[in-house]
Amino acid sequence: MHYQNREYPYQTPPELKGENPGKYPVAIVGAGPIGMAMAIDLALHGIRSVILDDNNKVSVGSRAICWAKRTLEIFDRLGIGDRMLEKGVTWKVGRLFYGEKEVFNFDLLPDDAHKMPAFINLQQYYVEEYLVDRIADFPDLIDLRWLSKVTGEKIEDDGVTLHVQTAEGNYDLRAGYVLACDGCKSQIRQRMGLAFEGQIFEEHFLITDVEMPEPPFESETPERWFWFNPPFHAGQSALLHRQPDNIYRIDLQLGPDADPIEEAKSEHVIPRVKQIIGDREFKIDWVSVYSFTCAMLERFVHGRVIFVGDSAHVVSPFGARGGNGGIQDVDNLGWKLAAVLKGEAEPVLLDSYDEERRHGARENIKNSSRATNFMTPKSKMETIFRDSVLTLASDLPFARTLVNSGRLSVPCTLDGIGLQMPHLNKNGAAPGTACPDAPLPGGWLLNQLGGEFVLLTIGEKARQASLPGVTNLHFENNAAVSAHYGDDVIYLIRPDQHIAATLDAEADSETLERALAYAKGKPALETAS
Amino acid sequence: MRKTLTQTDRLQPHGDDFYELLMAAHDGLAFDQSAALNARLVLILANEVGDFGTLTAAIDRAKKT
Ligand SMILES: Cc1cc2nc3c(=O)[nH]c(=O)nc-3n(C[C@H](O)[C@H](O)[C@H](O)COP(=O)(O)OP(=O)(O)OC[C@H]3O[C@@H](n4cnc5c(N)ncnc54)[C@H](O)[C@@H]3O)c2cc1C
Repeated sequence: MHYQNREYPYQTPPELKGENPGKYPVAIVGAGPIGMAMAIDLALHGIRSVILDDNNKVSVGSRAICWAKRTLEIFDRLGIGDRMLEKGVTWKVGRLFYGEKEVFNFDLLPDDAHKMPAFINLQQYYVEEYLVDRIADFPDLIDLRWLSKVTGEKIEDDGVTLHVQTAEGNYDLRAGYVLACDGCKSQIRQRMGLAFEGQIFEEHFLITDVEMPEPPFESETPERWFWFNPPFHAGQSALLHRQPDNIYRIDLQLGPDADPIEEAKSEHVIPRVKQIIGDREFKIDWVSVYSFTCAMLERFVHGRVIFVGDSAHVVSPFGARGGNGGIQDVDNLGWKLAAVLKGEAEPVLLDSYDEERRHGARENIKNSSRATNFMTPKSKMETIFRDSVLTLASDLPFARTLVNSGRLSVPCTLDGIGLQMPHLNKNGAAPGTACPDAPLPGGWLLNQLGGEFVLLTIGEKARQASLPGVTNLHFENNAAVSAHYGDDVIYLIRPDQHIAATLDAEADSETLERALAYAKGKPALETAS
Repeated sequence: MRKTLTQTDRLQPHGDDFYELLMAAHDGLAFDQSAALNARLVLILANEVGDFGTLTAAIDRAKKT
């Protein structure tokens, strides 16, 4: 069934009613997935924000569909994880074809030790709709303004004045911090004259969403099919996977010389789809042709203006690292900005967002560029190598892992950078790791972590540890928890569910205090002074 | 003695790094130069492998497409 875009109403803001709302702590430009998730994270910390969006709809047409485990865990903390899981299609079987032949397949067995699966497919419009609904839970903290375009900004040391354009008239709005979540074509970035450089790929890809009442697979199990050089599309690659509502995404590589407008015409699209799915009933739901860039800003934090999501970095879609990477930005920035605004940390803490998430973005760009390079060899020799890998992959495991149709998004480790303390207790997982989930009686470990600092103590020897003002979570003789976290270890867990410190079970309170100060930016302060 | 090829993936965790390095080595070369680079590489790697039985098995497998 074709998605019906709701139109969200414009409402006259206080500024145009002659009221003086004063300075907002945070203004967010852009109500895409990143801007909205950002507002919710801040609201969960009690921080008020205004979101301005030039549109009045959620994402139109087909964009992100694939959401990774870590992203789902973050969305779960923000309050929409269960809805996403319920509606989304959980992937299971993947098949890889080269020419006519199936080279290999894999089964993503569910991991019972984690609440969230490795991946789900869910159209971006649903994710955004759920975010809009969730925002309604915070009427006093989030002011979401549709049809409000930001046309300029005046940046000062203690805040930013935004110029906002609406059909009713224009107004200025003052905020302590502006979060530029205005997407890959960010006008804020352009107006500030910031370089956005990287690798441009010449290839064109066609994406189409096709509605089919009957799955093209042999069973009801959702599959993901990827072809190199398929018989129906010589020399190129193709991808088919399932989304909710009996909608299937097809991606077709078109080569660098394709004419995007011509290719998107239904007289070209329909025969191509027929070649892939055979003679069965289908309806085209969406078609677009795109090419892409992998690029990022040199810095994400520019004083009072902070770039988050696609405005800060863009990747090719292979590996689904765009939205997934942006949600990890939100996770990283939310608690830091809240701590700074509440006076619990110095502004220098925001520099760690810059450092940690540029590290993440670099890793995402590296992986998606590699996948794109594998799919679009740029010389005869590269093509020979690529095809040889595919040939060997039928029986040699090493070649199978070299086949690169996208390395799916996993959280990067922050070990050794930013706020992480050295790894002081080798019985436990390394600092900088995103906390693995574990089943608990009646729930999940990750639902008990996050949002605030937590002192996680494991094993009898660690039982005495405590840190004033920090919640303590203790486990003993819990095999599921110890499988990931070891025994006789004290962890300090950050509000974004990352391990800040891994300490000895006997660590004294001074050490624990120091770990907390460290995680709130103390090392950065020391180098700054 | 004739051997079978290893089923162990010994390139991990650096498989993608290796592939990138290999492509970068070919970057900008004419096709003949690329072929010559491959030949040198095969010879060097053959010596690293050393074992004649393994090399025989590798040549046999590589001949199949
Ligand atoms: C074909 C395709 C497939 C993809 N597949 C995946 C995938 O499977 N998984 C994944 O994780 N990611 C995927 N992505 C990437 C994903 O769609 C983006 O990373 C994601 O949308 C970024 O969110 P954002 O909120 O940063 O930006 P956007 O979603 O672009 O939102 C920006 C918002 O800002 C608003 N705005 C812009 N300028 C102004 C202004 N001046 N004033 C007010 N508002 C403004 C816009 O209207 C928009 O609502 C895909 C992208 C494409 C194109």
